[in-house]
Amino acid sequence: MPFIPHTKDDVQSMLKAIGADSIDDLFDEIPADLLISELNGVPDALSEMEIVRLMHARAAKDGAPLCFIGAGAYEHHIPAVVWDIATRGEYYSAYTPYQAEASQGTLQTIYEYQTMITSLTGMYASNASLYDGASGLAEATLMAVRGNRASQSKRVLLASGVNATYQSVAESITGNQQLTFDRLPLAIENGTTDTAGLAEHDDPFVALVIQQPSFFGTLEDIDALTDWAHAKGALVIALVNPTSLAVLKAPRDWGESGADIVCGEGQPLGVPLSSGGPYFGFMACTQKLIRQMPGRIVGRTTDLDGQPGFTLTLQAREQHIRRSKATSNICTNQGLMVTAATIYLSLLGPEGLKQVALTSHSQTAKLLDKLCAIDGVEQTFSGSFFHEAVVTLDRPVAPVLDALAENNILGGLDLSLTHPDLGNSLLICATETKTDADLQLYASELSCVLGD
Amino acid sequence: MSELPGDLEYTKDHEWLRKEEDGSVTVGITDYAQAALGDLVYVELPEVEQELEVGGDMAVVESVKAASDVYAPVSGVVLAINEELADDSEKINADPYGDGWIVRIQPGDDGVGELMTPDEYQVFLDELED
Repeated sequence: MPFIPHTKDDVQSMLKAIGADSIDDLFDEIPADLLISELNGVPDALSEMEIVRLMHARAAKDGAPLCFIGAGAYEHHIPAVVWDIATRGEYYSAYTPYQAEASQGTLQTIYEYQTMITSLTGMYASNASLYDGASGLAEATLMAVRGNRASQSKRVLLASGVNATYQSVAESITGNQQLTFDRLPLAIENGTTDTAGLAEHDDPFVALVIQQPSFFGTLEDIDALTDWAHAKGALVIALVNPTSLAVLKAPRDWGESGADIVCGEGQPLGVPLSSGGPYFGFMACTQKLIRQMPGRIVGRTTDLDGQPGFTLTLQAREQHIRRSKATSNICTNQGLMVTAATIYLSLLGPEGLKQVALTSHSQTAKLLDKLCAIDGVEQTFSGSFFHEAVVTLDRPVAPVLDALAENNILGGLDLSLTHPDLGNSLLICATETKTDADLQLYASELSCVLGD
Repeated sequence: MSELPGDLEYTKDHEWLRKEEDGSVTVGITDYAQAALGDLVYVELPEVEQELEVGGDMAVVESVKAASDVYAPVSGVVLAINEELADDSEKINADPYGDGWIVRIQPGDDGVGELMTPDEYQVFLDELED
């Protein structure tokens, strides 16, 4: 079978049949100012040998620095077995394998994944995954509006520590559906949401998003916030780090009645950093909200012969049945990433995941101690944190990070541009992949840089 | 196909309406509709006190193979919803004109949409079958 199914003559005759002059004519609804005429940096056709050399050269520029950046994507050790299995042809090349008659293996894997997510979050049901944490949050807010019609509000409140990039993404995605997003104030002393003013907060809202741990690594008072939101007639969306759920309270147990929707970035579960993606978003909810949940859902049932089997279920929420009234335009999942996550979780088990979480946290705590022992570095927030923390430097952060980078260390995320009220602040993270020697190296290098 | 109850009015979208003594209106879907949909697995109901516009979305009935919108045959305010459908959506299949009622509405002043008598609806159904 040829790789390219159409010859130039085929294309011409098809265009003629529909009365178009060229392929470009078929895209004429795209405004001219959005079109790019050239792709700079993409060379003209190259041979396979030339491309391999080019790619090696480009990849080498990444280097292999010691990475102390978290901020939503975390470098954890991925056992070799995970991708050895996930890259098997049956998983790797399957495209939307959801037919019950052809894909029992994949459907079972997804079902196991869903079971693991409900186990981690404590929630009633999980979907088969979404694209990533940010778009998952957007979907969660839309779901909250659908599931909380009694509220009549389309205003979503964000706890102070919700990832600002996730907010931008949610605003872009929900823009045409009149949702608005407001952020609660940050209590600068301990780096969590300022609960002092909550009693006076009168404007109605449909949902409260609580990120735990927060973007700054701090731990919010999830019980107080959850109960407050519920008392105000709003739903609670828990935006969580899946690794942290091995040691932190499950969202189902937040406050009196628990979170209503749980979402987050699944990358920490066996997915490499890969310059930003592909990742996957996980989502889980209460029984009451399950019909508002977007994405695929795999169910277990018995066939005509009474044999157990797996199939997509609750499909009446989805596009191919409800069209414009579907719960989302998403009609797929991140199958490959979810396969990897399922294998990762199976290998680690609850104890293993707990070890990863605790080791990551203790390494971060050690790093924080070492760095704060250096003149010119202070711990920014006094509150509890989990596996990420903010430090304040006595000088601008960017040049310090540049100097560290020269020594092959990615010191953390510079927060000073996006969070000017925090001064010269730096978000640092150490996972279980960082040995004590690595932490010492960072501390020594930083000491040198600041000592100059 | 059972006989069409004579005391109801019907819409082209296969909803029926019964005018109650207190001026409210009870609404459901017809036997034709429930047969076409198959066994119902879920009914999405409006909220009590929700305002409805004639011809606008009122409820969704979901079977294994399809999800159908049920439109408001009159404008007004939702007085009551059949909560029993939450646990037993198949009441609509078993008794579409009785236990399978969906919503009761207090009609507003905007009046009603196009309604048919039982005979007119029967003619409409016969034409559909052709």
